[in-house]
Amino acid sequence: MEGPQVQLVVTCLVDALAPQVGRATLAALEAAGCQVDFPSGQTCCGQPAFNVGLNDDARKMAAHTLDVLDETEGPIVVPSGSCAQMIVHHYLELFESTDRAAQAERVAGRTRELTQFLVDDLGVESPASCDGCSVAYHYSCHGLRGIGLEGQADQLLENVDRVDLEGDKECCGFGGLFSVEMPAVSAAIMNEKLDRVEASGADTLVGGDISCLTHLAGGLRRRGSKIEVKHIAELLASGDK
Amino acid sequence: MSQPVTFVSRADALLGSKEAAAVVKGIRHFTEARDRVAAEFPIMDELRDRAQAIRLHALNHLDRLLAHFADEVTRLGGVVHFASDAEEANRIVAEILARTNSRLVVKSKSMVSEEIELNTHLEGEGVEVVETDLGEFIVQLAGDTPSHIIAPVLHLTRQDVGRLFHEKLGVEYTEDPTELNEIARTHLRKIFLEADAGISGVNMAIAESGSVVLVTNEGNGRLTTTAPRVHIALMGMERIVSRWEDAAVVLEVLARSATGQRLSVYTNVISGPRREGDPDGPEEVHVVIIDNGRSEILGGPTAEILACIRCGACLNVCPVFRTVGGHAYGTVYSGPVGSIVTPGLHGMEPWWELPYASTLCGACEEVCPVRIQIPSMLLQLREQAASEGRLPGWLNKGMSRYARTTTDPEKWRRAKKWASLLSAPVASKGWIRRIPGPGRGWTRYRDFPRPDSESFSEWWRSNRGS
Repeated sequence: MEGPQVQLVVTCLVDALAPQVGRATLAALEAAGCQVDFPSGQTCCGQPAFNVGLNDDARKMAAHTLDVLDETEGPIVVPSGSCAQMIVHHYLELFESTDRAAQAERVAGRTRELTQFLVDDLGVESPASCDGCSVAYHYSCHGLRGIGLEGQADQLLENVDRVDLEGDKECCGFGGLFSVEMPAVSAAIMNEKLDRVEASGADTLVGGDISCLTHLAGGLRRRGSKIEVKHIAELLASGDK
Repeated sequence: MSQPVTFVSRADALLGSKEAAAVVKGIRHFTEARDRVAAEFPIMDELRDRAQAIRLHALNHLDRLLAHFADEVTRLGGVVHFASDAEEANRIVAEILARTNSRLVVKSKSMVSEEIELNTHLEGEGVEVVETDLGEFIVQLAGDTPSHIIAPVLHLTRQDVGRLFHEKLGVEYTEDPTELNEIARTHLRKIFLEADAGISGVNMAIAESGSVVLVTNEGNGRLTTTAPRVHIALMGMERIVSRWEDAAVVLEVLARSATGQRLSVYTNVISGPRREGDPDGPEEVHVVIIDNGRSEILGGPTAEILACIRCGACLNVCPVFRTVGGHAYGTVYSGPVGSIVTPGLHGMEPWWELPYASTLCGACEEVCPVRIQIPSMLLQLREQAASEGRLPGWLNKGMSRYARTTTDPEKWRRAKKWASLLSAPVASKGWIRRIPGPGRGWTRYRDFPRPDSESFSEWWRSNRGS
């Protein structure tokens, strides 16, 4: 069976800080029958600049990303709701009424978040596994409210042992550079989240965005917690490793 | 150049405080109730669409609606005043009070009166002003400021209130809410009957009938606007709708979003002063329509924030507001809506930092009864702040360097290599405990992962590259 040709965009954070998530995303896409290509030259979508209001810098990064991706064909798959939102929504704003508007439209139209692509486009059912672990899932805000993810992760995790996490659709306090500019407030929100994660009884915290997960994992480590943090792609690919 | 980051210092001081704990506890009541009534009301989302359309229509026809409203108020025997700024509004109110020989004034809750600092002004003129909304009454007794647009004492506990009443009113200490209510009620009742004038806010003005709508849960609004001889209603100039049907829609979503009630306990409609044969009501009704920076907002990119109906739902769901409370914002309008309204009304200096006091999680927009696109307005204000050169130097320089690096794949490859090499000596088991420089805020509270020695791109090149 010949699967679709897809373009993998791993995001700057996965590329530099969590390459295992990139490999897991690749494995998950291949397990779903996709032919995966990794457009070379990809770096950062520009969201860090856009979120602090430095839109000229954001536009440069976005233009670079558009040039890299517009040369390719087929669905563009990103293991991050946040970066997907940047490409799908904010690129259109950044390039509104410019000569890149059409390019931004083309690329936005092809871009999908990983769980959205697997469930909505490929009809993948419940391949995730995590032997012997009990999983709390954190629904990252930008995936949830930015691009309207709804239940895709739940479906993929159907065969995984889940625990209820209070406030699992509430913000973790990361907020990009907010976590550096207002670190104490960010950490206070995070610690409330981590209190809830610990109270849930989970031994594994899973999410779909490595940005929030880096913040939460760093917080758990600082608290001396043994709870493991994983990107959902790592559970999707776990049969493969 | 860097501005004093005042939100941060206020917020940091509030973290872990008794006040912040009271906020967390109090707010849960609102969010749970809001979610419950929204879920049981199948047309909630449809009414939100309609409420949004109604409010945007009003903003788009503001001049016409205000003129119509003013005509109708006049026809009913009321007097309309336009105030371009806080000073003029305060002067108008003081003049009405002086002319009518009003020395004792009762007030029902009005955020715009907080905005123009009316109490301070009137007290300077020798007028005694008594707040009659329970929360505002407590704030006034304590010499405090409100911390939430609909729940002014969200930051206090009932023990705090018990102690305050004991100290200031000379009653025995109690922390029983019913008893505390009774104490305030008894104290205020006398004052209501003696007051010369009543000052209220306006939740909504209805152009077609010249009516002013006031919603309260305590009945103090009704007494304030009927018992004294003179009633002065203060309204922000955007607080208007065309018709009664429009007001009905807004009321449906207002109470549900604000307190999780289907309807507030009292919905007062005031249409002019007492008429022949009326058993009660004021002899004079004045409506002061206040601009105070609103025209500026109306002409700019955040105009739609004026559609806000002041329910406070965005405050209640905001992770930042919930963690630090309203006083961190240093201004009357706090939370997500306040972070847009405040720089709009009072200028970017020193308020430009408020739009940054958000994780952009989008919870505010999800509950907004008039569907204001709050995160995107916060981003617009951030863009304005950044383009005005208000961001700290490290961020400007750092981001422009990052942009140069990430628009050149070879530079990006080398940057990842260097980051991994340089962090090797300070990392332990793949994590860094302390980052120097601007990143230090991160590692004050969390570890940071060491950049991998083989990035995903490198791995791909070695293993899959053709």
